[in-house]
Amino acid sequence: MPEALLRPFIRLGHSVVSGIWRLGFASRFLGAILMMSGATFRRPALLMREIYFSGVLSLIIILVSGLFVGMVLALHGYDTLSRYGSEEWLGVLVALSLTRELGPVLAGLLFASRAGSAITAEIGLMKATEQLSAMAMMAVNPVARVVAPRFWGGVIAMPLLAAMFSAMGVLGGYLVGVVQIGVDPGSFWSQMQSQVDVERDILAGVIKSVVFGFAVALIAVFEGYDSEATAEGVSRATTRTVVTSALVILGLDFILTAFLF
Amino acid sequence: MKRTTIDLWVGIFVALGIASLFFLAVQVGNLRGTEIVEPYELQARFDNIGGLKPRAPVRSAGVVVGRVHHIDYDSERFQAVVVMNIDHRYSFPKDTFATINTSGLLGEQYIGMEPGGDEALLQPGDTMIKTQSAVVLEKLISQFMFNKAAEGAAPK
Amino acid sequence: MTSPSPDLAPVVDIRDLHFRYDARDVLRGINMRVPRGKVVAIMGGSGCGKTTLMRLIGGQLRPRGGELKVFGESIADINRERLYDLRRRMGMLFQFGALFTDMSVYDNVAFPLHEHTDLPEELIRDLVLMKLHAVGLRGAAHLMPNELSGGMARRVALARTIALDPQLIMYDEPFTGLDPISLSVIGQLIRRLNDALGASSIVVTHDVQESLQIVDYIYFVSEGRIAAEGTPDEIRASTDPWVHQFVWGESDGPVPFQYPARPYREALLGSADA
Repeated sequence: MPEALLRPFIRLGHSVVSGIWRLGFASRFLGAILMMSGATFRRPALLMREIYFSGVLSLIIILVSGLFVGMVLALHGYDTLSRYGSEEWLGVLVALSLTRELGPVLAGLLFASRAGSAITAEIGLMKATEQLSAMAMMAVNPVARVVAPRFWGGVIAMPLLAAMFSAMGVLGGYLVGVVQIGVDPGSFWSQMQSQVDVERDILAGVIKSVVFGFAVALIAVFEGYDSEATAEGVSRATTRTVVTSALVILGLDFILTAFLF
Repeated sequence: MKRTTIDLWVGIFVALGIASLFFLAVQVGNLRGTEIVEPYELQARFDNIGGLKPRAPVRSAGVVVGRVHHIDYDSERFQAVVVMNIDHRYSFPKDTFATINTSGLLGEQYIGMEPGGDEALLQPGDTMIKTQSAVVLEKLISQFMFNKAAEGAAPK
Repeated sequence: MTSPSPDLAPVVDIRDLHFRYDARDVLRGINMRVPRGKVVAIMGGSGCGKTTLMRLIGGQLRPRGGELKVFGESIADINRERLYDLRRRMGMLFQFGALFTDMSVYDNVAFPLHEHTDLPEELIRDLVLMKLHAVGLRGAAHLMPNELSGGMARRVALARTIALDPQLIMYDEPFTGLDPISLSVIGQLIRRLNDALGASSIVVTHDVQESLQIVDYIYFVSEGRIAAEGTPDEIRASTDPWVHQFVWGESDGPVPFQYPARPYREALLGSADA
């Protein structure tokens, strides 16, 4: 009987302990990646390939999503602002929402599900099919050869994608607000320029996207490397990458917003 | 996938990313035109600054000539001390009148500079003496309402 | 056997080796020797620890006790750089080849050459085609791994394994899942490459008949210990009941059909808690 009562606590304790263990393992893993990154930057071909896979292949989804998010923001924003007769603030609303918040966060979420999951699946599959062991037996360190380039590829691609997302969003807002609804283009841009600050709003957004890039890239390579070497293990690791990335992005977003703004 | 194809695409990708950052900085942000070059410092004391914030623009005849650097409180005179950076290209007479204005009914607050006729110019670090505080909307409204009430009461 | 000359020292020398996963003892005192130039087979039932033994030799696992020397160096005591130096002199063929799926056959074989040498591209090309020719797949250089059959994939992996002319080649279950023709092709390649490269080979397998034809010496591993050893002729002639059961593939004998359990009658009639 007492054992049945204790079981939830045992389970809780177990998950806390294993969570802490994984956190420690992930930070040691990050240390190993950083130590072995020298080789990555000495071989640009490897890095190019990874920027291609996580950046270029995410381009379409990022550009299209950014455009639509900007258009929706303009529609909603116009609806609300026109009640107070301040339509000229539409540009400010669209630009601030995108550069401070939606650009980095949505681009990060899309990046995690498009590129992060692909990185996890690829590394997990290489582990399951013993490609990583084979590489290690050929005296080639898999962390240096496989993990580090994918990590840095993600870290480099993410801020660029977030910037493209925000830029496309502003264009989308312009299309709906100015071209379709007919807000004055002069006040759309000039209000935006007078209210959006390069350091406080745009740079802060870029900092956010860099942090998200690091987080998602680390989660993706770690989950792949740590996945169970079976087909089921790889699929579970892929799911975990997307879920963990989403939670970490939103959590970090809160912390960064509190510190940056 | 050929090596050159990958390089080409990555090149396009990075160029697009940098173009986007440039677009955000120049077209969306205020990096262009309003840069304050080699600023010098001026001070002004106000009884009430309302909602004035650091980095708010300083305008003269509608042109941005500087920005508010920081705002202090003088606990001896119980006044706000606004320190602003003015572009070195612009200089103002000693008797320049500094006011706190609002752009539009609900817009941001800024400092307006109305130059007087003095021959002597304000030197870096000088304090402007003639100032007008921010208009506080609540005070204005309550004043208006009292006046109306007084008008309404008088004829009877 | 105990000659001081390094040339005659065995490539792999194992004494009283112990290893455990968590609480489970996998190896309990293995003694084994792989002499230079010989092909040695490690045999045993599934799960007897023979793959573990090979991973220990390759330095992927660290022993818990005993002595394990490869090329005269104790694997347990060297750092990562030294281990990687040793691994450049080893080649390991994984069970299903473990080809890099995002590279062509050519790039797979060229991989160790690109990683470890600064040879000009033309020379690498010649070497790759030579290695592929040795396994009979020079014509498949442009194919991707997913276009290969299981036997071909393993031959490509073998070409990759020997790309740097290793002195010790290890094969993890090289015969599993192959048709009889591919199986004998791989068997012949193991023997031929060993002799051509002047290397030593370790073949982990449970395919008795194929191994008996190509190897010089056989170790039988059972329950973490060496159960029997000898040349193929000695093994065939062995009267040891355990070896007899294994070589002739009898389902019951010293190795019981049943996994150890409580008596059947008790399990059926007894209480539910196990």
